[in-house]
Amino acid sequence: MRSRLPKDPVRRYGKPLVFLASLAPAIWISLVTFGIAGNGLGANPVETLLDFFGNWGLRFILIGLAITPLRLLTGNVKFIWFRRMLGLFGAFYVALHFLVYLILDQGLLLTAVLEDILVRPFITLGMIAVILLTAMTITSTAGMRRRLGKRWQQLHYGAYAVGILGVWHYWWQVKKDITEPAIYAVCLSVLFAIRWWSRRKRQRPVGGLATG
Amino acid sequence: MLIKKKDDIRPSEILPESDYWNRRQLITALSASAALAAGCSNAAEPEEQTLQATSPKTSNLPLTVDNNAYEKLKGVKTSGYSTTEPPNSFDDITSYNNFYEFGLGKTDPAARAGSLRTRPWSVTISGEAETTGTFNLEDIMKPHALEERIYRLRCVEAWSMVVPWVGIPLADILKSFKPTSKAKYVAFETLVDEDQMPGQRSRVLNWPYREGLTIQEAMHPLTLMAVGLYGRVLPNQNGAPLRLVVPWKYGFKSIKSIVAIRFMERQPPTSWNLSAPNEYGFYANVNPDVDHPRWSQARERRIGGGVFAPKIPTLPFNGYGEEVASLYSGLDLRRNF
Repeated sequence: MRSRLPKDPVRRYGKPLVFLASLAPAIWISLVTFGIAGNGLGANPVETLLDFFGNWGLRFILIGLAITPLRLLTGNVKFIWFRRMLGLFGAFYVALHFLVYLILDQGLLLTAVLEDILVRPFITLGMIAVILLTAMTITSTAGMRRRLGKRWQQLHYGAYAVGILGVWHYWWQVKKDITEPAIYAVCLSVLFAIRWWSRRKRQRPVGGLATG
Repeated sequence: MLIKKKDDIRPSEILPESDYWNRRQLITALSASAALAAGCSNAAEPEEQTLQATSPKTSNLPLTVDNNAYEKLKGVKTSGYSTTEPPNSFDDITSYNNFYEFGLGKTDPAARAGSLRTRPWSVTISGEAETTGTFNLEDIMKPHALEERIYRLRCVEAWSMVVPWVGIPLADILKSFKPTSKAKYVAFETLVDEDQMPGQRSRVLNWPYREGLTIQEAMHPLTLMAVGLYGRVLPNQNGAPLRLVVPWKYGFKSIKSIVAIRFMERQPPTSWNLSAPNEYGFYANVNPDVDHPRWSQARERRIGGGVFAPKIPTLPFNGYGEEVASLYSGLDLRRNF
């Protein structure tokens, strides 16, 4: 019988390793929550969870958006194998962030949630990102990709929007010190710059060929 | 200019003696907290028996952690202004703090405030008062009795605690400096010293931290100058050795580690108001009907309730409306937030 495991070691060992590494923050916070590791969630556990999941959500979204720039810089196409998984981990942590907000922070008080979404711009931004991520998660399977064809790509360009919305959401939320959201903004800008630079480079030789 | 040369008259010549306050005890207590900062926790052995003997009514407060490291304050009276709500644990009160002088994270002050030296400590009194100058803290405190005041504390960030402060009504302290009729406001300043307060290396706020009250607010019997909590000397992260407590205002009004008090004719500039005038007003009275531009003030998370505790409704003036609402009659509290 032919082994179902992929032959390429990057795929065979890399994917499970990256999966476990991506799950590590969730495992860690679970251990802290149940008092098995760390020093507990602190005096305001809801805030701790909210910040923890929000931060990791944003980090994974940026890591997911870094895959294409990495491929462009290194020329190694194997990076692509990790893109969906990392993007889904981004969606996973953002979903936990949203659920902590909805259930623990707001206590499922829907009038308060609705007021937040309508009145407070940073929550409006976050909510749009959650909706986009949900749509991308549902359509992340190979079957959905085939079925949607060209529209799949259009929808999944939403990842860029989610990156911008996430950083913006964080920026508007902080009380005073914008250092951390600024770091995320710089990272996001660098990623966009690499794509833009690479696209320009690719377009030039094409033009050269046409004239030559 | 707030810093002034010492006046000729010593406070001991002006301030009357009192049976309540024992100067030696405050000196011991303050030196104990200073010794703690230096890492010599042995110097701060508690003296439980003495408190039981002198305290008219010992309150039964739940102590969840060992706070024996902080020297017990003696002769602490109870107060009718205290709430009957259960206080937060010593651990919560001393591990979750906004004190940007030690960093922006809530746990930074507890981790980093050890570098603050609270003894010797002097406070400069200036402005529209008959008695001005720089005074030792113990001289300022000596004539006054310590009271325990269990107050609700509502942070502008929509969380709250119940804190058993120990202190002296601010009015008692201010009156001893004989403010003149020109004194319409009182301004306060926190210490500036990057070595003791490493957070001041960041320009996140324009140091020194400044706060202010109207003279009516400052003289209100609820307004407290705190030197302790849970019957013990104030931990550094809570604003040692001397901090303001104005329970009907958002927490940022209750300025910590005070080194200067100035009686003023005009409204003094205040730190958060200077930093973001559209978000933080001079009055900053707790008001569930006036939201912060970026979040709701209608409800608050009471610290210590655990993960599944729902938020509780925020009360006007943090529940102290009966006592203080009259201070603001005729004032539009929506505009003067």
